[in-house]
Amino acid sequence: MKDALNWLERLGRKAAAGVAEFGFAATLFGQAVYWLVLGRWRRQPVRMPSVAAQAMDIGIAALPIITVLSTTIGLMLAIQGIYTLKTFGAESRVTLGVALSIVREFSPLITGILVAGRSGSALAARLGTMRINQEIDALSVMGINPVRFLVAPPLMAMMILMPLLTLWADLVGLFAAGLYIAIELQGSLAAYADEVVSILKLNDLLHGLAKAAIFGVLVTIVGVVNGASVSGGAEGVGRMTTRSVVHAISAIVITDMIFVFLVTR
Amino acid sequence: MSNAPPSIEVINLDTHYGDRQVLKNVSLSVNPGEIFVIMGGSGSGKTTLLNHLLGLLRPTSGTIRILGKDINTLSSLEMQDLRTRMGVAFQSGALFSSMSVGDNIALPLREHTDLDEMTIGIVTRLKLEVVSLAGFEHLMPAELSGGMIKRAAFARAIVMDPKLLFCDEPSAGLDPVVASSIDDLILRLRDAMGMSIVVVTHDLDSTFKIADRICVLDKGEVLALDTVDAIRNSPNERIQNLLNRRTEEAEVDPDAYLRRLLGEKEKHANQPTQGRTGL
Repeated sequence: MKDALNWLERLGRKAAAGVAEFGFAATLFGQAVYWLVLGRWRRQPVRMPSVAAQAMDIGIAALPIITVLSTTIGLMLAIQGIYTLKTFGAESRVTLGVALSIVREFSPLITGILVAGRSGSALAARLGTMRINQEIDALSVMGINPVRFLVAPPLMAMMILMPLLTLWADLVGLFAAGLYIAIELQGSLAAYADEVVSILKLNDLLHGLAKAAIFGVLVTIVGVVNGASVSGGAEGVGRMTTRSVVHAISAIVITDMIFVFLVTR
Repeated sequence: MSNAPPSIEVINLDTHYGDRQVLKNVSLSVNPGEIFVIMGGSGSGKTTLLNHLLGLLRPTSGTIRILGKDINTLSSLEMQDLRTRMGVAFQSGALFSSMSVGDNIALPLREHTDLDEMTIGIVTRLKLEVVSLAGFEHLMPAELSGGMIKRAAFARAIVMDPKLLFCDEPSAGLDPVVASSIDDLILRLRDAMGMSIVVVTHDLDSTFKIADRICVLDKGEVLALDTVDAIRNSPNERIQNLLNRRTEEAEVDPDAYLRRLLGEKEKHANQPTQGRTGL
């Protein structure tokens, strides 16, 4: 009986902590947007150079690995698609599946997961280290709002860069898939391109890009929340960094499902 | 000097962490141009008091006036203005590790003023001269020694020419010679710029060297608040213990002792300490 009560108490505490963390995340997002929009009138504008620096870090530095992975995904989808459709003798319809799944699903997902691993974790580690070194207190007592200075720039960079990276991943993935399909089905790349253009609607493209922007927000906020909750020195920073990657990827996958459910019905 | 309003006025400050009361009815005032030392052992509440003076924590009750303004009733914009008129040198320095020393010191100027880069560079180097760190502006904080980090932190704290300077444990972790040079720096800053300086420390030598007045905190209460000589000659046993580095016999509570040995949890052990939340 006592054990069961203890278990219930722990469950209750965990649930309350989870809700509190969710609230903290929402507050942070609200504050970051507030500073992005109204910072200028509060005499604390979000500086464009620091947004640009973050954008370079999140975007340009991630281009090579995103190129490699979206090439691989494109090839993989083409191979699997032809293999599956062969059962019905419908290999020629492979482009439909490949084009839609790359643009609507795989590009945003793979970009989101990569950026979560590269930039979300870096953000968590940076904020965590700043917290234990009193650097965040130092910002506050200087009259510099930490959310405006540390959260708003990566948030803005992420919201701009994620759709751009996803667009790039779309192009690379479609091109790689096209190469394989053209060779395997003895067609031409031009015919493949024509088919892709006729299949894809603007709506499909926007579906993927909108998701990418949402993933960008998720990665930033999850990274910042975990970084800001660091306690317990260097070990704590490591623990929260790992946690931020796991949480960000989970958030991305779950949000993806919810988004698709809401939009396609 | 005595006619001017006090730089800091604390009236009946009470604060809690969760259920535990940390500061009990603390009242003090700091005069303009004065070096005011807050002294006390570990756990006496001096860091908590500093965090309240900096506006990083909210008190349970009581009033804190900084430069004549009640910091708990100020709007965030007024608070921002107030903060540009005070500087803080943290114990660890708290320099931003991703920026060079020069960028660290220039940051408040870049954020709060419209000065051009040329002027900002000149002011930055001027402050580095004041703390004897000239020529080090291109180094990263990780490349500095402990004493140099403290000096750089002082330079950043005074870059806006504040009326009020807070120093948290300026001599902690430094060898006696370097610690003494930091004391000299504090005295020089006061004499040259006429600012009020609040120093939080447990270092007795440095306290007697720099202080105009001393506030001795013990278990969250103000044990004494007086001039250096008065504190030195105080008849109070606890103050004398502190000054002569005598350890105090803790009162033994047999029941509590037994409970601790048996590993039973204290009454509030399960409740998380209520620290600062948010960024």
